[in-house]
Amino acid sequence: MNPLLKSILSPSFGFAILRVTTPILFASIGVAFSALAGSINISLEGTMLVSAFLGVIVSAFTKNIILGFFAGILGGIGLASILAYFHLKLKADIILAAIALNMFASGFTIFLLYIFAKDKGTSSSLRSLVFPSINIPLLKDIPILGEIFSGHNILTYLALLSVIIFFIIIFKTPLGLRIRAVGQNPDAASSVGINVNKIKFYALILSGIFGALGGLYLSMGYVSWFARDMTAGRGFIAIAASNLGAHLPLGVFLASLLFGILNTIAIYLASLQVPSEFIQMIPYIATIITLTIYSIQASRKKRKL
Amino acid sequence: MDKYILKYFNLIRTIIAILIGVFICILIIFIISKDPQNGLKYFFLGPFSSIGRLGNVIEMASPIIMCGLAISIPFQAEQFNVGAEGALFIAAAVTTGFGVSTNFPKIIHIPLMLLVAGGVGAFWGFIPGILKAKWKANELVITLMMNYVSLYLSLYIINFHFRDKKAGFLVSYQLPDSAWFDQFIKNTRIHYGILLTIVFVILVYILLYKTKLGYEIRMTGMNINFAKYGGINTFKIIVLSQVIGGFIAGIAGISEVMGIHRRFNWQGTPGYGWDGVVVAIIGRNHPILIAFASIFIAYLRVSGQVLNLLTDIPAEIITIFESIIILLITAEAFLTQWKYRITVREAEKKEVKIESAS
Repeated sequence: MNPLLKSILSPSFGFAILRVTTPILFASIGVAFSALAGSINISLEGTMLVSAFLGVIVSAFTKNIILGFFAGILGGIGLASILAYFHLKLKADIILAAIALNMFASGFTIFLLYIFAKDKGTSSSLRSLVFPSINIPLLKDIPILGEIFSGHNILTYLALLSVIIFFIIIFKTPLGLRIRAVGQNPDAASSVGINVNKIKFYALILSGIFGALGGLYLSMGYVSWFARDMTAGRGFIAIAASNLGAHLPLGVFLASLLFGILNTIAIYLASLQVPSEFIQMIPYIATIITLTIYSIQASRKKRKL
Repeated sequence: MDKYILKYFNLIRTIIAILIGVFICILIIFIISKDPQNGLKYFFLGPFSSIGRLGNVIEMASPIIMCGLAISIPFQAEQFNVGAEGALFIAAAVTTGFGVSTNFPKIIHIPLMLLVAGGVGAFWGFIPGILKAKWKANELVITLMMNYVSLYLSLYIINFHFRDKKAGFLVSYQLPDSAWFDQFIKNTRIHYGILLTIVFVILVYILLYKTKLGYEIRMTGMNINFAKYGGINTFKIIVLSQVIGGFIAGIAGISEVMGIHRRFNWQGTPGYGWDGVVVAIIGRNHPILIAFASIFIAYLRVSGQVLNLLTDIPAEIITIFESIIILLITAEAFLTQWKYRITVREAEKKEVKIESAS
């Protein structure tokens, strides 16, 4: 146990946690936007894949990281629009449509990867770009804190900032108020003149954008290539994190951090021949338990009414 | 004509969705392939290129059918779950452990294996069922999470307790012969577990459409409040639908292990549970239609493998095809305008008839 404890107490462990948390945090915020509007988007797994892929391909062929960034974001918006169109206009069940989109994203990205890179595994033959890492002046000179918080990819800082952006949009803007209103009671919202479908559409687009950021980080920050199905369930983990955090900014942040910490421990454990499976299971069991407790409370409240 | 269109509207809609998917795929093949003619040939007829591949279709269809059935029963009760994947995986792992550490004559071992697998799967379905029935915990999120719990728990069971260290990669010990489903057609891996699948299709059909329980499941799905006022114990139905679904999914998993791999060799969930969701949607939760939909999907997958092997078209074209079909089939408003117009025309015709009669 000693070498494990030693590595967990080192600053590089803290640094790793932030790295691992970043994509989960982005995606969780994305899920939370859609969940608050009452149409939970479970297609972020696919959204992340498409954005990760587009970012790599566009940046590799144009040698322009800004274009790569926007391609990824546009991919996220595109997939979210398809979901919104099928759900809101064609009345498809959002869960089933999202499952279809996840399948589509997986197939579509591998298909195009083969066309562009002549490889079905990774894009490592393409020279794609990565987002820069930043050293934060002053902070980087503080002993332990500097090692943990400085020198991260720019998107990691954007992810932390996104929690605040999420808070502001949801609680300080008219759009946020409407998203919450639509989510809590669509009929009441519609009776005061809110266009429910329009608000849900905006919420889904927002969720697509944040999912896209998570995907971009994966292929242009976390690693520097695209690999097939590289999201590895992070889009679903985000659903868990968002639920665990009750879809609220601080909760979502802490839940994502929890998933980040546990996943990092699991990565460390894997190298030590300890059954990491149990550690990896914890966040999911925690989600099941919190969701159950939450449901028990909700059903008690209803009974009192 | 119009009358038939209305009667078979859902079927026609499904066929149109498939045709649109086929059309898009043909388009893609023409755009990317240097030899589109060959590509098209294998896209449509790939599995017929050898007996082994035709066998592959049947082998692959079997677990998909079972998972489709497993998903369709809770779906019929409006229990949206994606738990078949998890139930299949944990049941396969636990039962493999049971199989390698016990020894019985074949005639006892096989039914015992199936019972254990079904039991584990049923337990796995019971959890989201009871949480939903008792406290309305969202079964979709719960089953999604439980799929991960199942994945890690199963890998732990296999890798730390039943791992065959001589095998060189992460697999369990081989099951004793007494727990094998024998393969009975040369050059294929078609095994007796597939006959079991056929039995299950019939059993589920009888359960859903010929028994009281099936009626109650469908009523609960159509309108839960109506069902409650009609005296149906919806609490029981919600839990039972998930338990039965889990039971079938559990058998799907172990049947695959007993008939094809003979040991637990998965390192990630095989995806049959998700395929089950797909065929349940395409087959509209009807057991017989699910069987056809599964064969259709398996046929496509094998086509994909052939395309991959013999042409310059990646197999993933099939995944794209599937996702387009599902999107169109789930889109309830897709083609309703057309249906609406026909309905109006039919009604007008009847009116004219009534008027001329009077």
